[in-house]
Amino acid sequence: MTDALGPADEAGVAAVVAAAHAAREPLAIEGNGTKRGVLRPVQAARTLSVRNLSGITLYRPSELVLSARAGTPIPEIEAALAERGQHLIAEPPDLRALLGGDDPATLGGTVAANLSGPRRIAWGAMRDHVLGVRFVNGAGEVLRSGGRVLKNVTGLDLCKLLAGSYGTLGVLTEVTLKVLPAPEATATLLLRVPDLDAGVRALSAGLGSPFGVSGAALLPGTPDLAALRLEDFAASVAYRIGRLRDDLAGFGDASIIEGEASRAFWREIRDAAPLAAQPQEAVWRLSVRPSAGPAVARVAQALGGRALLDWGGGLAWVAAPADAATHDALAAAAGATGGTCTLFRAPEALRLAVAVLPAEPAPLAAIGARVKAALDPAGILNPGRMRAGL
Amino acid sequence: MIAQPAPKPEILARREEILAALSALVPGDGVIGDETRLKPYETDGLAAYRQVPLAVVLPRTTEQVAAVLRYCHQTGLRVVPRGAGTSLSGGALPLADAVVIGLMRMNRILDIDLDDRFAVVEAGVTNIGITKAVEGDGFFYAPDPSSQLACMIGGNVMMNSGGAHCLKYGVTANNLLGLKFVTIEGEVIDIGGAHLDAAGYDWLGLITGSEGQLGIVTEVTVRILRGPEGARAMLAAFKGTEIAGAAVDAIIGSGIIPVALEFMDKPCIHACEAFAHAGYPLDAEAMLIIEVEGSTAEQEDLLNRIKAICERFDPISLKVAESAEQSLAIWKGRKGAFGAVGRISPDYLCMDGTIPTSELPFVLKRIGEMSTQFDLKVANVFHAGDGNLHPLIMFDANDPDSFRRAEAFGAAILTLCVEVGGCLTGEHGVGVEKRDLMSVQFTARELDQQRALKTAFDPQWLLNPSKVFPLDGAPLAMAAE
Repeated sequence: MTDALGPADEAGVAAVVAAAHAAREPLAIEGNGTKRGVLRPVQAARTLSVRNLSGITLYRPSELVLSARAGTPIPEIEAALAERGQHLIAEPPDLRALLGGDDPATLGGTVAANLSGPRRIAWGAMRDHVLGVRFVNGAGEVLRSGGRVLKNVTGLDLCKLLAGSYGTLGVLTEVTLKVLPAPEATATLLLRVPDLDAGVRALSAGLGSPFGVSGAALLPGTPDLAALRLEDFAASVAYRIGRLRDDLAGFGDASIIEGEASRAFWREIRDAAPLAAQPQEAVWRLSVRPSAGPAVARVAQALGGRALLDWGGGLAWVAAPADAATHDALAAAAGATGGTCTLFRAPEALRLAVAVLPAEPAPLAAIGARVKAALDPAGILNPGRMRAGL
Repeated sequence: MIAQPAPKPEILARREEILAALSALVPGDGVIGDETRLKPYETDGLAAYRQVPLAVVLPRTTEQVAAVLRYCHQTGLRVVPRGAGTSLSGGALPLADAVVIGLMRMNRILDIDLDDRFAVVEAGVTNIGITKAVEGDGFFYAPDPSSQLACMIGGNVMMNSGGAHCLKYGVTANNLLGLKFVTIEGEVIDIGGAHLDAAGYDWLGLITGSEGQLGIVTEVTVRILRGPEGARAMLAAFKGTEIAGAAVDAIIGSGIIPVALEFMDKPCIHACEAFAHAGYPLDAEAMLIIEVEGSTAEQEDLLNRIKAICERFDPISLKVAESAEQSLAIWKGRKGAFGAVGRISPDYLCMDGTIPTSELPFVLKRIGEMSTQFDLKVANVFHAGDGNLHPLIMFDANDPDSFRRAEAFGAAILTLCVEVGGCLTGEHGVGVEKRDLMSVQFTARELDQQRALKTAFDPQWLLNPSKVFPLDGAPLAMAAE
């Protein structure tokens, strides 16, 4: 069991990091620790959590801007937004069922992992809506990047660099997000397609239509099911879902679900629930060009696993036996399409044995090491979280 | 005037040798060294600043770019990347001891994939060129800076360009999938690809908007989107800028995100009307151009909702376009705003700060007061939905005092933007223009952290030096003249 430090404020976070920097003692960085099982385990005697840095610090609905401290639970933010008819654009997943644990994810952890849900295909990723951050770098300095306005190109964009860096480059203490009005209505077109390739073609036709599809998933099964979501004003959704059904009629038998049924359906996709990952299985996320989704899904099936395709076919969630051979085969399959494979959840032994992220070309890896050193000179922030030795 | 770093005498002394070496790397007519032909490269969209470079190189391939950068790295030669030279912040302003690498000859569209909705294009393809290549199939590339007929995608990536429609579709960074990136050492690296959210650090996000500080981009994979069924604009004119600002708040607060929401003040309305004859109301203090998308019935529905909101703010006039032609007419004045101001003033500086939209009335009032204080006219046009201001400060470049006051006026506006919670630049970039104001927005430590990231990519500070970061605090090699 590691020592857990939970400072009450940003100055406390900075003090802990500065002391660890001086002593060259690694720290495991987390919020509520919900993603401890994701990527590689950190070897650190002490854990620094931002969970006590909690609360919304600014919310201006008419400016589409919300700021909150990094430890603020995502459900608290969603509730505050819902009260004013708005929502988180990137629709981040709730992975409690997949990863275990009861605590909700925090804003800081969600941004640090750049986790986005089905709406990513149409409206951008979590990182696309990070307008500003406050963070503590590995030397214990409190720094800012971005701001609280919707358009800002002033200086290097550290918001995007920190989003998805899993706490290895800095400890987020506060995040400002762009938010949007939640749609008045939603409906989903479900198509029973003959096979996965036909399914992705249906999704592609939907995403290539003028109707603003905001979710496009493919559920392998008997039969394979393609799902296309619309979100807008009620009259628009009614009109567009009819047009979409007519335009895609050739792909398979259609049905439509609306309102809460549609919302519940997409929550399941968002949280990878249809994957039904078993406790002994590992889980991967593969990002490929959408038309390559069926091929990687078939590789997963051939390996004794299952896949769920989101983002028009471009995001493959895979559950399969937790062994290095399966990992290597999936990584090779993603790499063959030009895409990437991430070992998302696995027993510790596997997470330590394989490269959980694809290797970068040597010149980029060298830059990466220098960037890490520029932000975290003593290498104390989440060492080994993403890559061994970094 | 903004100081430039002192040229390296040892580089200036080796000019002939450098030209010969570059000519060997980019044979044919790829290197420009004579005074007359260098002249067109002495400035960009920030024409008040001029400097003839040591040489210009016009490579045709990524391999040539890599070879040139490798040579620059070995030689200690400074590099200024350039696309179409439309930067309004002086992002492509040369240095006397620098080689300009112009990417305009790399103008091929390499791949278009409508099924997976992306296009791979070389850095010198124009912004509009991407849309032109896919619009026959109903697709478009979303970011649309005002210079889109001329500006190139490589420059758009480097400045993270925006446009009038980013309230809905986002800026350049939100519409990219991959880059071919060349480091100062001449290494060619593929970042991202045709897929979303590549695993690992978000190099794509860091490089986008880095203003040539980290490397040179030679190819870009952009997302292309299917266009809506149609779009239509309306015009709403009000008796006061505060009232128009409140109407903007009410529209966004109602749950409608128009695809564009543009604001013009009285001086701008007058300049544009004289230029475009768009039928703008000359008695209005402020005017909004609002555009919505969808089928005809959807447009009707949204415009009716917006009209009803505007009516609560005692408008002088509300004009909904009845056709695509009328929409174009409404847009014509706005799209020609910079040219229109150019007709009534010999020169103007275009500012680019962003503010929280709730601060709009206060900031406009202060800009009005400053206009009196600096004794210079100003016209305001901006993207109201996202608070990105473009005050156009009118001055006379032949009068040094007028230029000095214009620069001071601009700095005062941008400082005000930061003070009310905004930033120095929403879409034009810092460049050389706003470099010395960076310390208004960032602490010394924050600037040092950004400098350290540049150093991680460019240890000798050869890439577009003298831009973005104040010289005071930069590595020794960057000492001012």
